[in-house]
Amino acid sequence: MVAGLLLGGFYAAVSLGVSLIFGLLDIANIAQPAFVILGSYAAYVMNDALGLDPILTGLLLTPLFYGLGALVYRVYYASFERRGEESLRGLVFFFGILFIMEVSLSLTFGVDYRLVQTAYTSKSIDLGGVGIAFRYLVPCLVGIAMTAGLYLFLGRTFYGRAIMAVSQDQLALRLMGANPVQIKTIAFGVGIAAASLAGALLISIAPVIPSTDRDYIGRMFAITVLGGMGSIGGTLVAAVVLGVAESLMATFFGPSWSLAVSFGILLLALAVRPAGLFGR
Amino acid sequence: MTPRSGLAWLAGLAVVGAGIALAGLRVNPYVYFAGYVILQYVVIATAWNILGGYAGYVNFGTPAFFAMGAYTAVFLIQSLRAPLPVLILAGGLVAALLGLGIGYLTLRLRGVFFSIATLALSVVLQTVIINWEYVGGSRGLSVIRPSGPPFGSYVTFLFTVMVGLAVLSVMVARFIERSWIGRGLAALRDNEEAAECMGVPTLRLKLFATTISGFLLGVAGAPFPYYVTFVEPNSAFALDYAVNALAMPMIGGTTSWAGPVIGAVLLGTAQQLATVTISSEMNLFIVGVVLVAFVVLAPEGILGLVRRLRGR
Repeated sequence: MVAGLLLGGFYAAVSLGVSLIFGLLDIANIAQPAFVILGSYAAYVMNDALGLDPILTGLLLTPLFYGLGALVYRVYYASFERRGEESLRGLVFFFGILFIMEVSLSLTFGVDYRLVQTAYTSKSIDLGGVGIAFRYLVPCLVGIAMTAGLYLFLGRTFYGRAIMAVSQDQLALRLMGANPVQIKTIAFGVGIAAASLAGALLISIAPVIPSTDRDYIGRMFAITVLGGMGSIGGTLVAAVVLGVAESLMATFFGPSWSLAVSFGILLLALAVRPAGLFGR
Repeated sequence: MTPRSGLAWLAGLAVVGAGIALAGLRVNPYVYFAGYVILQYVVIATAWNILGGYAGYVNFGTPAFFAMGAYTAVFLIQSLRAPLPVLILAGGLVAALLGLGIGYLTLRLRGVFFSIATLALSVVLQTVIINWEYVGGSRGLSVIRPSGPPFGSYVTFLFTVMVGLAVLSVMVARFIERSWIGRGLAALRDNEEAAECMGVPTLRLKLFATTISGFLLGVAGAPFPYYVTFVEPNSAFALDYAVNALAMPMIGGTTSWAGPVIGAVLLGTAQQLATVTISSEMNLFIVGVVLVAFVVLAPEGILGLVRRLRGR
């Protein structure tokens, strides 16, 4: 149960990017998990070569990922959105990107499991009789911090508010003198930058192989849909719900069923209440 | 029967005949192995295109249907040692039922949400199969081919069967495309609300498309256990099928029955060559790059390019 709660904080970190890009911008970026795995491998390489802390690496690399995200969005915009045929062909485009990134990683690093060890990963603290491992606690705290940061960014800053505006009415935004494409580029970049940090968290929790991204597609989209498409607070709540549900399932039925939880919840959420728990 | 469809029947029969002749030639056995996979992709791409290309519903859950066909076959082999034609028919029917199910899903889910739901469906089914020991669970199961195929070796026999199935599925797709069903599907692809308002029975057409598409995908999967002789969830539910099923029609062109065939033959052959000469990792990489290149640069596929060249 506690493990599930902690896992939830981490899942929130992983899902924020999708929540922003898919929830607010309506861009079905199904390649997001591949960017997360890219972040994981970046953290691994930096740790292996320089002994850097994975979370620090994740933070340092956010500008790079931001640039990558902005670039991907520009290509997407030029080839789909401007022609007005975005949704389905765009989805196929991102599906292709997912495969390219995954195979590139497995060609470069092979298919061995990689894990980053840090000074704190093996430690744990005792809270009222429940042992809490740092390797779950730290990602959870970072995840909550990221959620809070994104919440403040969207609510309080000029660009954040512009992103909220672009998700509601592009024409109105254009009339106000802002450029929706520029705003969306920023939002997409921020979403991908979040993947850098999330990837660093992922590799410090569990070993990663290039095809780990496939497990996370379901989790990310389940959390985003359940959380109500772009509601940042909703994302955190849905992530915790999913984390708890998965760890209960793993305890009672065995770990081989836990993946079915996220995809099952996703299927149910889509079939019964596509607007999610906190729908707009 | 119009002269054109008569011609199509003749062409189909000629292809089947050529397949049987090729099976009789007994060239290098690898040719049949590779040929089987390419033909299997012709069936898969054609089946995917009935839903994805004609109706505009992108299905990411191809592995689910393919594996339903394969595992129905495994179940029937395990329990009854049923003959191949029964396996193919049963595999097709079970996958068709699944298709009918996702057809009802389209009532609530459109576009991107439908695609994500089909992907989720595939993973859920895979988890169920992993936990079902009777059909091998996560460890997989060896399947023994029946002794004494009707002719040739068992691989050449399966190859011939696949030739027949490929021709059948292309015929079905061609028939759908040229009938009122195809026009109805095209109408709902372009604008579902408008089509419904004009009196196109959109729900019935969508259910028809998902069911037929599911049936053919299941049919493609049913001979799979005998082909590989060892079935395990990771290979039957491989995401390769999902990406190939959409890459092939996208490359060939999604609006005509010829598109998926062209795409499957080109990409399937390229993958077979890459697997032999470079590595099997590389062939997925090729699919990814080609897929992205085509959706960005030539969204109408090869057929669209040809049409544009001719028009000028």
